[in-house]
Amino acid sequence: MTAPDRNSMDRESPDSHAGELPSQSGEAGFTALQSESPDSLASLLARLHDALPQAGVTLRTNPGPAAQHSLLVEPTHLTEVCRFLRDTPDMAFDFLSNVTGVDWPDPAKADTVAVPAEGEANASASGFLEVIYHLYSTTRRVGPLVLRARTADRGDNAKIPSLVAIYRSAEFQEREIFDLFGVEFTGHPDLRRILMWDEFTDHPMRKDYVAPDDYEYEPTPHDAVLEKAKRHDPSQQ
Amino acid sequence: MRISGKWRGHPARRLGSGQDARATARWSMPGLGLFKGLAVTARNMIQSYYRKDRMTTVQYPEERAPISPNFRNFPFLCYDGDDPVAGLRCTACSICEKECPPQCIYIVLDRDENGKSLKRPKVFDIDISVCMNCGICAEVCPFDSIYMDGQYEMSTTDRFGGLLLGLDRLAKSADYHMQLRPLEASEVAARRKAEEDKKRAAQAAKEAKAKADKQAKEKAAAEAPAATIGKGEPA
Amino acid sequence: MISDLSRFSLSSSSSAAPVLDDDQLLHVSLGPQHPSTHGVFRVNVALDGETVVSLKPVFGYLHRNHEKIAENATYLSSMPYTDRLDYICPLSNNWAYANAVEKLAGIEVPERAQYMRVILAELTRLINHTAFAGFILGDMGAWGSALMYAFRERELILDLFEDLTGARMMANFMRFGGCRNDLPAGWANKVSELVNGYGAFLDEMEDLLIGNEILLARTRDIGALPKDVLINGGITGPMLRAAGVNYDIRKVEPYGIYQRFDFRIPLGGTGDCYDRIMIRFLEMRESLKILRQALDQLPEGPFVHPKAKIRNFKPPVGEAYARVEGPKGELGFHLLSDGSANPYRYRVRPPSFINLTLLEDMCLGLDLADVVVILGSIDIVLGEVDR
Repeated sequence: MTAPDRNSMDRESPDSHAGELPSQSGEAGFTALQSESPDSLASLLARLHDALPQAGVTLRTNPGPAAQHSLLVEPTHLTEVCRFLRDTPDMAFDFLSNVTGVDWPDPAKADTVAVPAEGEANASASGFLEVIYHLYSTTRRVGPLVLRARTADRGDNAKIPSLVAIYRSAEFQEREIFDLFGVEFTGHPDLRRILMWDEFTDHPMRKDYVAPDDYEYEPTPHDAVLEKAKRHDPSQQ
Repeated sequence: MRISGKWRGHPARRLGSGQDARATARWSMPGLGLFKGLAVTARNMIQSYYRKDRMTTVQYPEERAPISPNFRNFPFLCYDGDDPVAGLRCTACSICEKECPPQCIYIVLDRDENGKSLKRPKVFDIDISVCMNCGICAEVCPFDSIYMDGQYEMSTTDRFGGLLLGLDRLAKSADYHMQLRPLEASEVAARRKAEEDKKRAAQAAKEAKAKADKQAKEKAAAEAPAATIGKGEPA
Repeated sequence: MISDLSRFSLSSSSSAAPVLDDDQLLHVSLGPQHPSTHGVFRVNVALDGETVVSLKPVFGYLHRNHEKIAENATYLSSMPYTDRLDYICPLSNNWAYANAVEKLAGIEVPERAQYMRVILAELTRLINHTAFAGFILGDMGAWGSALMYAFRERELILDLFEDLTGARMMANFMRFGGCRNDLPAGWANKVSELVNGYGAFLDEMEDLLIGNEILLARTRDIGALPKDVLINGGITGPMLRAAGVNYDIRKVEPYGIYQRFDFRIPLGGTGDCYDRIMIRFLEMRESLKILRQALDQLPEGPFVHPKAKIRNFKPPVGEAYARVEGPKGELGFHLLSDGSANPYRYRVRPPSFINLTLLEDMCLGLDLADVVVILGSIDIVLGEVDR
């Protein structure tokens, strides 16, 4: 077997320079879906309404300067929306970059960050857990498309369908959200704890998580930490 | 033995036993490539005897590697002059305590008998087993009081007390700061001197103005009776 | 462990192949204390003889719940913690986080700070890929020598970082709106000298590696997967480009001022481990190109936005996801602000963690020794995998 020539490794595809790529807006080869107002996102939303009217996808605006508006999707229709987004040739959202879990014990607060359109009330009265997905298209150089899915409550009905069958990159990230938030992803092939140990019972990233306070007693910490440590040390009581 | 595994998601490449297919393709006689690699290691070994950039081992603790003057390690408190208590710049405002990310600073404000703040710390502890040398405390201090030191040989056998630095170990003079970081210390000294001068000039101006006002008032008072005479008193 | 593995039973596609029972397999726990797992990382491997039949990674040995700490701390306090995420390339993480906060709050960064950031990021890419070169050879058994050559070069760059930021690794240098302090006198010249001399080191390492028959035998034709599988699995960074997918965030979604520099994106042919090693050498050469251009064009000016706040920083209510091309892949930060001084949700999109999704697929049917090489070629850092 001959060693490959050093220069022959330098293979690059002809379109490795920005600006030569086919793109929607043609600016520097990348199109932010929200770079102009919600308009381009609105057109995507209109297509979703046409193709999947029963999915009930709604637009949520982002009030901050980043202007990354998102689409709120009902959990029951999440998989069909994602399949549509991935498999439609001129949408081609083939890359799931990030899956984030958020704990909203106060549903009104969620509406300040992801502002609903006029007249759309927040259906949930109790708190809920939310999963946010960031989708990109590697072929069309477009993104991020932000999807949100919300659970019914923070208790037994914290279930969302898993996207592993559509995007394999969700596998570990969904396991992490299951571990740290307690959202059950139905249809996940291997849903078990990933970062905490298997016998752990609580969900650390929830807002009402109480951290254990049985620190090793050390004379150096002060105030609150020292009080907590003393409570567990028999020699100090 | 043939094994085929089944895995989720997309079908990846087919796997047979793989062994026979790969065995012939992957191994070849050691040849020129290995010889070139050996030449590289030989070159490194021989040159390490006479080339400075190849001799990188520093025989610590007999010799120490040169360290940049900007190197930061744990913090220290700066005091002016000779007295570490009276000259201490720290006013115990606790901004560094609040901003410290791992919360390793503990400050108790010194108060007099009536409870009035004496603008200096009674207790200032830094737990260096917690401190992560980020330097945020030095960045936010408004009184030029806490800076990052360069001491890295701080091992001790006392696991708790030896790693809790109090005021006695933290307070270091402004001259030490000047030795450690000349650029930073001279900048701070110049700025503080300029502020002192400005304050003194403002004070002097205020006093001068007060003096001038007093003189003007006296002058006006001296002239006032003359003015009333001219007004025409009834005889 | 064994009970976990028994959930995944094997099925054979042909009747001639025997189905193996669980107790005919050898279960090996590779790690967590292991010199080649790049940190405290454990892989439960089920072997039939020497061949991998199933592979399950076990995470969490370095989990410090960085995201929860950030929720209870201010935005600036999280900056030194980002250094400790991917501790081989800390300034990259700093920039990714500062980028996300600047997007969240709409802060602009002055020109000089942008150039400083690019210089530091490309130097960080150099130290990361240099360390990778050393580690991959260490994993394959050239334990020590090549690693020390790599670290000897790395030390030169770390000395530069110490001069500028005060710390060799945990720099804590980027701020929201620029950098923490300006370049000391003569620093840019030192970087120029280093950049001019770095090519010689790369040539030497390549002499050691490229034609080496042992390296070729151990890394050729293992670990390759089709391009669509990689994209679907969320793989980013040199792993993806080694397979031939032209996706580099510096070209696709330029952040900072990357669109001003003339550099190419090296692509590999098959995506096997050999391509992954070599592509990092090519990327280092491209980084040297970018460094030369940035040093030439470095302007005068403020190193931080004049209105940048260190204390009492409260971004407006909203959300932002910003990503950079870290040396290991797409490093993203997703921040949710509710208007207070602490982030409501702080999420790190860790490239090492997500690049491990396809580890099992890449290793099935190969030998245990190949698992170590594949894991090394993914280039993970446990600080980022577990956060």
